[in-house]
Amino acid sequence: MSIADWISEPVNWVFLAIGLAVLFAGFRVVTAKNVVHAALFLVGALAGTAGLFLLLSAEFVAWVLVLVYIGAVVVLFLFGIMITRAPTGLDEGLDADRKAWPALLSLAVFVAMAWSSIDAFGDNGVLATGSATSTELIGESLLGRFVIPFEVVSFVLLAALIGGITIARRDLTPAEEEEREAV
Amino acid sequence: MIVSQFLVLAAALFSLGIYGLLVRRNIVLILLSVELMLNAVNINLVAFESMIVTSDAIGQVFAIFVITVAAAEVGIGLAIVLMIFRNRRSANVDDLDLMRY
Repeated sequence: MSIADWISEPVNWVFLAIGLAVLFAGFRVVTAKNVVHAALFLVGALAGTAGLFLLLSAEFVAWVLVLVYIGAVVVLFLFGIMITRAPTGLDEGLDADRKAWPALLSLAVFVAMAWSSIDAFGDNGVLATGSATSTELIGESLLGRFVIPFEVVSFVLLAALIGGITIARRDLTPAEEEEREAV
Repeated sequence: MIVSQFLVLAAALFSLGIYGLLVRRNIVLILLSVELMLNAVNINLVAFESMIVTSDAIGQVFAIFVITVAAAEVGIGLAIVLMIFRNRRSANVDDLDLMRY
């Protein structure tokens, strides 16, 4: 498929717009000078990704992304940022001094992945945007063929919950423990 | 739409995440870069699902699992960051150079 054919489809203009927004937001996540700005640019990248999922007829996954990732994970990040910021409010020392080698490495990884993807999958088409993946199909799959991974993931979440509470629990000093005992 | 456009976009996001992982010195920003990489993986999975339309929506189910495990990982990661900040008063990975204190 030539570039001219590709550009002539309106769906690809939408893809280009969303894709460039996602790339810009991702670039700003890794280069922002302010930690809160980086977290908010991640929200932008995730929202753009949800848009891409809608283009790919994956409505349920797009909504799960918005609910779980943007709605819970980024909020958790913002809490973490709030708690671990220096009291002065200035963000210092966010980046390493030598950035040339990581930039070169990431460029090499991108070239390797992009070239091998295009080489392997070339012009294979994707589902047209009109057809939706029914949530019923995903539900039947999750509780049918993938019921064991589904239950295992519930255990993972339980373990993460208990582990998170245990890790972040404040150990009482002996004086505070005696106070607790007295009451 | 061809599948390669999504794969190249996901590769670009993944490499941006790698750059952020290597360059950033704040722990929370490193975790943010990891989230960016996981997001790129999700785009790949859903794009492949849309290319090979399986009868079980395998790619999308896989993407849902990735999102769930990523959420669990962020919870634990931030709990660890909290403990580190409590003990060392710094969220800079350059300051974590001792196994004790």
